[in-house]
Amino acid sequence: MEEREGEVRWDGLCSRDAATRAAALDTIGQAVLRRSETIAPVAAVPPARAADGLLVPAARDGLSEVLARLLMLSKRCPFPDVREKSEAILSGVQELGIRIPRPLGHGPSRFIPEKETIQVGNEDTMMHTLFADSFAALGRLDNVTLVMVFHPQYLESFLKTQHYLLQMDGPLPLHYRHYIGIMAAARHQCSYLVNLHVNDFLHVGGDPKWLNGLENAPQKLQNLGELNKMLAHRPWLITKEHIEQLLKTEENSWSLAELIHAVVLLTHYHSLASFTFGCGISPEIDCEGGHTFRPPSVSNYCICDITNGYHGVDEIHASPTGSIPSTESVCEVEALMEKMKQLQECRDEEEASQEEMATRFEREKRESMFVCSSEDEESAATRDVSRHFEDTSYGYKDFSRHGMHVPTFRAQDYSWEDHGYSLVNRLYPDVGQLLDEKFHIAYNLTYNTMATHKDVDTSMLRRAIWNYIHCMFGIRYDDYDYGEINQLLDRSFKVYIKTVVCTPEKTTKRMYDSFWRQFEHSEKVHVNLLLVEARMQAELLYALRAITRYMT
Amino acid sequence: MEKMARVTTALGGNALTGRTMFCHLDAPANAISVCRDAAQVVVAGRNIFKIYSIEEDQFVEKLNLRVGRKPSLNFSCADVVWHQMDENLLATAATNGVVVTWNLGKPSRNKQDQLFTEHKRTVNKVCFHPTEVYMLLSGSQDGYMKCFDLRKKDSVSTFSGQSESVRDVQFSIRDYFTFAATFENGNVQLWDIRRPDRYERMFTAHNGPVFCCDWHPEDRGWLATGGRDKMVKVWDMNTTRAKEIYCVQTIASVARVKWRPECKHHIATCSMMVDHNIYVWDVRRPFIPSAMFEEHKDVTTGIVWRHLHDPYFLLSGSKDSTLYQHIFKDASQPIDRANPEGLCYSLYGDLAFAAKESLISSDSNRKPYIGDRRHPIFFKRKLDPTEQFEYISSSSALSVFETDMESGSMDWFVHTAKQYALAGRPLAELCDHNAKVAKGLDRNQVAQTWTMLRIIYSSLGTVSSANLNHSMGKGSATLPLMNSFNLKDIPSGLGSESRLDRSKGENRTENILMDSSSTLINNEDNEETEGSDVPADYLLGDVEADEDDLYMMDHENPHAEEQEYSLPQEAFPLRHEIVDNPSALDHLQDKADSPHVSGNEAETVSLTPVESFSLISISHSLYENRLPTDFFNPIVRDTLLFYAEQGDVQTAVSVLIVLGDRIRKEIDEQTQEHWYTSYIDLLQRFQLWNISNEVIKLSTCRAINCLNQASTTLHINCSNCKRPMSNRGWICDRCRQCASMCAVCHHVVKGLFVWCQGCSHGGHLQHIMKWLETSSHCPAGCGHLCWRARYRRSSAAPWSGPTPPSPTPSSCSGSPSPGRSSCAGSPTTRHSLFLRGQ
Repeated sequence: MEEREGEVRWDGLCSRDAATRAAALDTIGQAVLRRSETIAPVAAVPPARAADGLLVPAARDGLSEVLARLLMLSKRCPFPDVREKSEAILSGVQELGIRIPRPLGHGPSRFIPEKETIQVGNEDTMMHTLFADSFAALGRLDNVTLVMVFHPQYLESFLKTQHYLLQMDGPLPLHYRHYIGIMAAARHQCSYLVNLHVNDFLHVGGDPKWLNGLENAPQKLQNLGELNKMLAHRPWLITKEHIEQLLKTEENSWSLAELIHAVVLLTHYHSLASFTFGCGISPEIDCEGGHTFRPPSVSNYCICDITNGYHGVDEIHASPTGSIPSTESVCEVEALMEKMKQLQECRDEEEASQEEMATRFEREKRESMFVCSSEDEESAATRDVSRHFEDTSYGYKDFSRHGMHVPTFRAQDYSWEDHGYSLVNRLYPDVGQLLDEKFHIAYNLTYNTMATHKDVDTSMLRRAIWNYIHCMFGIRYDDYDYGEINQLLDRSFKVYIKTVVCTPEKTTKRMYDSFWRQFEHSEKVHVNLLLVEARMQAELLYALRAITRYMT
Repeated sequence: MEKMARVTTALGGNALTGRTMFCHLDAPANAISVCRDAAQVVVAGRNIFKIYSIEEDQFVEKLNLRVGRKPSLNFSCADVVWHQMDENLLATAATNGVVVTWNLGKPSRNKQDQLFTEHKRTVNKVCFHPTEVYMLLSGSQDGYMKCFDLRKKDSVSTFSGQSESVRDVQFSIRDYFTFAATFENGNVQLWDIRRPDRYERMFTAHNGPVFCCDWHPEDRGWLATGGRDKMVKVWDMNTTRAKEIYCVQTIASVARVKWRPECKHHIATCSMMVDHNIYVWDVRRPFIPSAMFEEHKDVTTGIVWRHLHDPYFLLSGSKDSTLYQHIFKDASQPIDRANPEGLCYSLYGDLAFAAKESLISSDSNRKPYIGDRRHPIFFKRKLDPTEQFEYISSSSALSVFETDMESGSMDWFVHTAKQYALAGRPLAELCDHNAKVAKGLDRNQVAQTWTMLRIIYSSLGTVSSANLNHSMGKGSATLPLMNSFNLKDIPSGLGSESRLDRSKGENRTENILMDSSSTLINNEDNEETEGSDVPADYLLGDVEADEDDLYMMDHENPHAEEQEYSLPQEAFPLRHEIVDNPSALDHLQDKADSPHVSGNEAETVSLTPVESFSLISISHSLYENRLPTDFFNPIVRDTLLFYAEQGDVQTAVSVLIVLGDRIRKEIDEQTQEHWYTSYIDLLQRFQLWNISNEVIKLSTCRAINCLNQASTTLHINCSNCKRPMSNRGWICDRCRQCASMCAVCHHVVKGLFVWCQGCSHGGHLQHIMKWLETSSHCPAGCGHLCWRARYRRSSAAPWSGPTPPSPTPSSCSGSPSPGRSSCAGSPTTRHSLFLRGQ
């Protein structure tokens, strides 16, 4: 009976109505305090106390989770009233002699100093609306949102799409959607996304058994494993036979609409994993690794940092703009702008022959294979994550080692605008429109600034980044001179792009810091948005082309 | 051969002959174009660029223009066009942004003439001037259009669309200087070739990219456009504002459109994705293609009519690497396979049935009993002699079977719907009230049923023991009576059946007459109705009066008792709930401020009697312990099924709602859902929006409950700047003005806001209503005929038509609505006054 009473309901908090939230908070507060009281006197006697005399709540009673969640609310809720109240509850609990958690890590991203991100509570009206929307839809404000909010225009479209994919009408049941998200994120060992969606998966009534590995999931989802693997690492190998297999295995078969939904989800989470690693998103406060009950003195880094090879993030915490303004990097921006100008002007005079253009593309494609980080390649997959996919060996790097040839995909023959959109919208209405908008915003987003310079036309640079990513996937634009890429993107930048897009789990803070040293963090996030969308589109194009071929 | 003869005359001796034929290309084609004399065709694609001559029964390759050892991207064509003045001149658009011209008159193997490398991105389209030999136009992905003079090395002028990628450019056939350009963002621009600085006109034609356009070869102001939104639209450009005159909805995004020569209203289309067929549409008949070519195995990329003046030969190239010549007589005609039949019940029990004429006449001859108890009226489409031959097959007949006038009245339905109480009071009171309502309308059986329900389910708790004994006795007495109702075929309460019986005899003779005297009227304006006098009068006269009555009722008694229910609920913020996970509707019940207050009420109501029953059942166990309420459930179920079977779904649903959980388990979900949908449908046809919304809200079926959660978004325009309002609330982003000003009193409207969907102006409900009594123009002075728009709408949708697609958004509940406020968001109801609670 007490268990029942102690259960905490969070749904009321998502309301936009302050009174409802207040009421919900009151109930939560009472429930938490009541439970704390039941533990406090019992544990007062035994020696289970920690060094400072405070009680550590046992994990099994679920109180620690509740407290962690309250901690998250006190930091990340867009509504000030909720933030204050949850903090008050927490201190109330502390007064009872129970230790409360404290957040680990520094802000939403490990790469970006907390003070440079947008703080909850300091956002402007548009951002606040976005935060409130996001909070109302998800019941939390995740770190991805907090980083993306550098570009509110994009964030709006992103959230709308994600919300539609996960929660609105669609052919797949809700728990399938989250499970597919987990599958996709696990391909890149992205524990952040996996944790997030494990919670959501359980929340919508998913079977916890499935989480023990793909082999415990229904056959239907297992069948998707192969496609997931290929999409993540070698989308160009997808053929219509793969599609046929998914659609034709009698009892566990997928319908076309379901398949499209799944493909969109897979690509969405593959590229979101890229973003997560590319921007060094920290674990959520209320997830594993986002908070600790230990007192601050003991240790300073969290599990994820260890596994990814960061030791003591604090050490190099100087902002890239301020710290080492070496003369070389000062010129970086100017040099880049100069090159862009030159390219713009020479455009009409210089006549590269057709063969030359073709070889430039091939060269860029080939070279992109060898652009490889010198970082340590073996990253330990966290136990939690690895169980969601078999075959860890299957990765993008495999293929580059063996020097396999990526066939060229002609963008003019199968483009998102003309073909992909129509197919998606036909089978999964409205999503085509949402994705189209998102691609569009990401591709055209610009503030006409570069580092400290204003009124710069960055379209050439953005196109180079976009096309470089597509080039890595073998997608070629007939009307693009791939020589431009070499001019505009230097090696460290290419290394970063390549790593984030192909093997995101290997991204390090050093890589993030070493490219474009003069640029703002918001501009680096902008780059990441381009990476995310270009990657998603590339994967989608391959998958959709295979589906189209299957249909004709 | 007869056809051939006609072709010959049409072309003045230059007869085209041939058959449906095809040839394999080596590679997928992107575009095709024909020579002026219709004897040769050029096929261009990424890996192919060849000229074929069209022989009597085959294509013969004449020339391969892809010469040279090294493959060049200049040969990778996105588009090709053959000059209609000079048969040696061709132009191609290359995917790498180069425009190439080709001169077939060159003696060398390489026919390449000129190379223009001015575009930065892929060139999507090239187009020669129809009468000027040296003028070439190109449109590119980079957003520019360029005009080239073939005698010069560079472009003579550049046009910047200032929007996005150009997908198609076409010179006007009428105006020497005009050309149209279509864009990826849905816009169409008209340019004057002499003025490269600014477009002459621009309008948004499609949602999403406009892939193609084509000027009508004869009707000079017409421009057809096709877009990714699966529409083909025909625009009349003669007026100052481009007017959409026809719209064809296809099943896939439209890649090409080409007007059919010599046929004013015909247009050929092919699609970009998924669908491989070529359709020829009659734009006046947008729902079914008049002809269809199904030969291709992959998407068709290019279509072209073989000769400028010949409507029977169509050439097409496709991604499946074939080139086809289609002959019109080999086309499949979907109309042959379609069985155009329609069947619809009106509110008053009239039945309309439309079918092909041939089917009807034979049917009614064979089965004369159809006319047994009803009047059939026949409408037949009058064949317009000026219309073209395609229409011959489309004559159809419409029969209307009417019930007679006095019994056709559905007043009882409306009254009952309005007066029934469904929730908010204890069960006994509800039953009593409803019984009284039924009695007041002389529906004794229904009244009796309500009384019995009260006795069965709640009298134990509320009446004294003496009364109880009495009523129990009464109840058991009614039981066998009910059974006898079930057995009998004619229920006393339901008039319709007996009515029919009464009218049987007198109508029969008349019917036979009616059968033979099927009258010819023109379907497009159903004005001449002959043959049946009284029923026809009724149909045309009475209906309108009734509609008015209903309409007046709808807002004259603004539902004094209704407002207590629905308006306060409307004041609750609904949004958070809608944003919420739709499948988690279960949670709604838990929320304190959920708008389902009445649902909760229903639950509490359902609780009390059960409790009281258990209390009483102890004290009265002596008498009645053998008869728990469950005992009667099967009987009540049968009663409901009986009513539903009789067509009185109103009673069934009302009882279902009032009894709630007591009976719900007894009837399977599907049946319940079926009842609910029928009842809601009926209510909506009577424009009883409030009641239908209440029923939706009170229903316990998941599927029904969701009805007013769907499509709750209302898209509105700012009344100042006419742009869509993207912001929440009523302040327009763009002009920073409050959009909800009353056009009559110039104050901000709080509460109910009614506005015209034509001009976006509106104001207080009362003010606007008063205004429209005296004037039909917009009170804001914008000149829009608001009243006309509304009036046209409501009279164009008589209730005998199909139900409007009305998702009944909850935001509109409780608003006494003139017009059809419940159709919020449905794009079909552009013109109507619109209401919304703020």
